[in-house]
Amino acid sequence: MKSLTNLSQRTWWIVGGAFVVFAAILPLLNISIPGVLPGATYTPGTLQLLALALLFASLALSYHLLFGTAGMLSFGHALYFALGAYGLGIVLQQTELSLIPALGLTLAIVIAAAYLLGSLSLRVTGISFAMVTLAFAQAGNVLVRRNPAITGGEEGLRLDTEHVPDFFIGVVNTRNLYWLALALLVIVFVVVASFEHSRAGHAVTATRENELRVRVLGLRPFGVKLMAFVIASVLASLVGMVHLLLQSGTTPRATSADFTLTILVIVVLGGVGSRWGAIVGGIIYTLLDQRLTALAGSEAIADLPAVLRIPLSEPLFILGTLFILVVLFLPGGIAGAARRLSTGTRATPLARKQLEEAE
Amino acid sequence: MSTIVLLLITGLGLGALYFLVASGLSLIYGLMGVLNFAHGSFLTLGAFAGWELARRMGGESWGTLIASLLLGMVVGALVAAATEFLLIRRLYNRHIEQVLVTVGLALATVALFDGIWGTDPIYVTAPPWLSHTTEILGARVPNDRFLLIGAAVLVLLGIVAFLRYTRFGLVIRAGVENRSMVTALGIDVRKAFTVVFAIGGAAAGLGGVLASHYFGYVSPQLGGSLLIFAFIVTVIGGLGSLAGAAIASVAVAILQQFANYFLGGTGDLMVVLLLAVVLLVRPTGILGKKA
Repeated sequence: MKSLTNLSQRTWWIVGGAFVVFAAILPLLNISIPGVLPGATYTPGTLQLLALALLFASLALSYHLLFGTAGMLSFGHALYFALGAYGLGIVLQQTELSLIPALGLTLAIVIAAAYLLGSLSLRVTGISFAMVTLAFAQAGNVLVRRNPAITGGEEGLRLDTEHVPDFFIGVVNTRNLYWLALALLVIVFVVVASFEHSRAGHAVTATRENELRVRVLGLRPFGVKLMAFVIASVLASLVGMVHLLLQSGTTPRATSADFTLTILVIVVLGGVGSRWGAIVGGIIYTLLDQRLTALAGSEAIADLPAVLRIPLSEPLFILGTLFILVVLFLPGGIAGAARRLSTGTRATPLARKQLEEAE
Repeated sequence: MSTIVLLLITGLGLGALYFLVASGLSLIYGLMGVLNFAHGSFLTLGAFAGWELARRMGGESWGTLIASLLLGMVVGALVAAATEFLLIRRLYNRHIEQVLVTVGLALATVALFDGIWGTDPIYVTAPPWLSHTTEILGARVPNDRFLLIGAAVLVLLGIVAFLRYTRFGLVIRAGVENRSMVTALGIDVRKAFTVVFAIGGAAAGLGGVLASHYFGYVSPQLGGSLLIFAFIVTVIGGLGSLAGAAIASVAVAILQQFANYFLGGTGDLMVVLLLAVVLLVRPTGILGKKA
């Protein structure tokens, strides 16, 4: 039995490695998938979209650490993404630091903020925790909107390219940014996976299942929960920083509650508790969002009667409805559906056992 | 002095709006453990229903205003009851999934409202008296504040009376205390779930029409912006406590008004700070049960 699990785990690593290698050589290939990608894979437009998809996959992974692993339903994860994006943007604009020291400074700020806000919000659990994180994120949103002199207000912040290395600037270099996004995804994956397999990771998973039992065993759940919170926040801020470079700026939407909800939607679509589910969810969501927006502006839609045209021209309506349907009828999201398909049963014996224990 | 009176009464008016949203949230959470993200959409839909009615009947008359308030309540109640019946009930006792469904509903409905009514704010017309002012202790207070406060007090009294003197109210109160015991006594709590959702939706729909007069416009974002403060109010007041929600609504709104005026527009930040302080000192909220 042990060798079997080892084997399947090794297969997973091989599949993952093959995916990374394939993704890495994608900018050098000429592959067109009409209807999914806007153009051939070597064109900057497509690479930009793919890089965005990889970033959303990383962001979803960081949220997976928070929600899937630690069981903390946060509605303020966008705050740390925005802290990374705005933090780096402001540091680059206001100081003479070059990219790497600016990254370091922003990271230090993010760690301090995540530690402070995390230890405050972790005083409550469950739904209260969700609302408190939402409130903090909302405060961030207000701060960004109210201080246009520093953050650019509603207009958003433009990337000051003076201290950014040349190979990250311009449409020609989109593929460098794409590789950066891919590298970030690998880093985030390794960090999340190794945290989950560490002692702290096991403790935090145990806390998710039964906090009281963990306390009785003499462990302190607070410390490991805070650790998971800070790690997830730092990873999200890294994604925010690369997002700033990729999009040459950031907008207040990054701080909004809607943005956190988007991440939540991605994780649930992919399958809560599944690492590769989060990645697949992030990639599918980005492509779907882009395609639906293109569909909304297409002529086929404009000719439909109002009853059909209005809902179909709103990508968020379709995504929201899809999300509701997934929650109602597809527990476990894409990952759960794939697992059921591969085993041919509604739930694997292991999952069923876990469910029965949870009841 | 006149400034302080004006800020107090405006704060009470805004607090009334928060209460109309938070009362439903708090009742729903107290009985069912569901955090309803779609509550803002009930409010927005009520506001749009009221506006559509006022547009057809001419918004200047009192009859229209009262009719639009009633319509907002009915629409809010119906949509909320339908939400409970069609979506929430299927996920009985799975709280996280219930929250997720309401999140999806909120995203989808706001996008749908965007599609139907456009993203720009639509300005509303009201009886002229509402835009006049009344002088109280030297302060010139806009009259719509009194309408808001009056409506919220009526709703508070109505809900309290309903909870205290009707059979459903008894079931709901008992359900908040100990739901499994009520079920064990052979009472179908699920009917009470639909009723609680309908009451919360009615309060939110009424709040929507009132909010459209307070802010002077309706927009698809109206509900979402109020919902966040309503969340803060329910946490500060204590989840599941109606009286806590009432106290916290007023406290939050007045703090917000004063901070906006005296501390240079920092009202929203002060509210979050208040939340942080409450959590540090008393994590269960002002009147919350011990967790």
